[in-house]
Amino acid sequence: MERSMIKGFIAGRVAKELKDGDIVNLGIGLPTMIPGYLPEDVHVVLQSENGIIGTGTVTKENRDPLYIVDAGGSPAMVKTGGSYIDSTVSFGLIRGGHVDVTVLGALEVDQQGNLSNWIIPGKKVPGMGGAMDLVVGAKKVIVAMEHTARGSAKILKECRLPYTAIHCVNMIVTEMCVLEVTADGLVMTELNPEFTVEDVKAATEADLIVSAELKTMSSLFAAEK
Amino acid sequence: MAEIVTLKEAIDLIPEGVSIMFGGFMGCGNAHKIIDALSKSGKGGFTMICNDASMTGGPLGEDYYGVAKLIHNKQVKKLIATHVGLNPEVAEQLNAGELELTLIPQGSMAEMIRAGGAGLGGVITPTGVGTIVEEGKHVHGKIEIDGKEYLIEKPLRADVAIISGYKIDKNGNIWYKGTTRNFNVCMATAADLVIAEADYLVECGQIEPENVVTSGVFVDYIVDGGEA
Repeated sequence: MERSMIKGFIAGRVAKELKDGDIVNLGIGLPTMIPGYLPEDVHVVLQSENGIIGTGTVTKENRDPLYIVDAGGSPAMVKTGGSYIDSTVSFGLIRGGHVDVTVLGALEVDQQGNLSNWIIPGKKVPGMGGAMDLVVGAKKVIVAMEHTARGSAKILKECRLPYTAIHCVNMIVTEMCVLEVTADGLVMTELNPEFTVEDVKAATEADLIVSAELKTMSSLFAAEK
Repeated sequence: MAEIVTLKEAIDLIPEGVSIMFGGFMGCGNAHKIIDALSKSGKGGFTMICNDASMTGGPLGEDYYGVAKLIHNKQVKKLIATHVGLNPEVAEQLNAGELELTLIPQGSMAEMIRAGGAGLGGVITPTGVGTIVEEGKHVHGKIEIDGKEYLIEKPLRADVAIISGYKIDKNGNIWYKGTTRNFNVCMATAADLVIAEADYLVECGQIEPENVVTSGVFVDYIVDGGEA
């Protein structure tokens, strides 16, 4: 797969997981591309943990960066019919199971569904922000990321970096495959036809169970092309 | 009831070395005029409790946006926050041993502050279980309820809270614009001294009682940010 297509392909595959009416929180980076690939009949309510339910489109006319930003500090907007909330309500919403899906990246994820994505001790200490609450509280946690970090495995038997949360990840979507976290371990349910099962195993440290009903992985991004 | 003070009087109310809660999220909802004056006051040794350290590079081209000014001027000796990744000076001062940092999950911090203002003994949350957050000084311990593990997070209060409101009436009732509510709402309840900066100071009655988000009973002093 061409490098320039990887992120779009992943975002386009995650987009298929979102259902009309879902309340969704998207992490920074790749996950923010997902709404661009949603089918026209799927409308989700995007939540921004700094205090927006129903984020809309920022335009030159409506931008108000002193008063309306997203969780990354960038100008944001609320859709008609949405609302602004404070941080306690926002995290009540998140922790209380009112968010249907959260999609975020990972530094490492392991076969128990443990996630590490907030700190590299001694190197990078940005902080967890809202990530720990999001992955504990959302009904479905999807990790969307490139399968490896410059060739080294990110999907491990056990995370080596400090956890964001334990047993929290439900699904991993990469450019190679879709993995579901089950009580038995990681089950590969879909494979990108550009790769073989052996390719995926070579790029993965975790033990993989190949589903008996392994499907071809497709993306709404690819459908567009 | 809240008393209206000048910007200078407000700064005089803040002793050196106290703990201060700053409402705001990446600078949005920081009380910019008070923070700017505090950054020029020469006072320091503060414990800053804020969601983040804001960022370098503000929306109007500021070099340091909101509370980032206080970090830049090294007026903060201890920072309690949830995320500091957009202000590289925090990492620099940490590495140089000039700043002490405590990171708390965002939802826990919001609720700990709410608990601090609401007279609760703590917060019981699943967030952070099984992670290094368990080792934090802000954690009282773990508890199992109906087979599920939780952390007991202590309540969080401060000596001073510095709040930003869009419209504030002369009784201190606050209406917030856009996403500026964030931590302002809970922090206004959780400090011994609460100073609120009004973008527009209005007469009582100009904010309908139904639309008051923070009641003026929580506010001690108001600074008219429109005139300051």
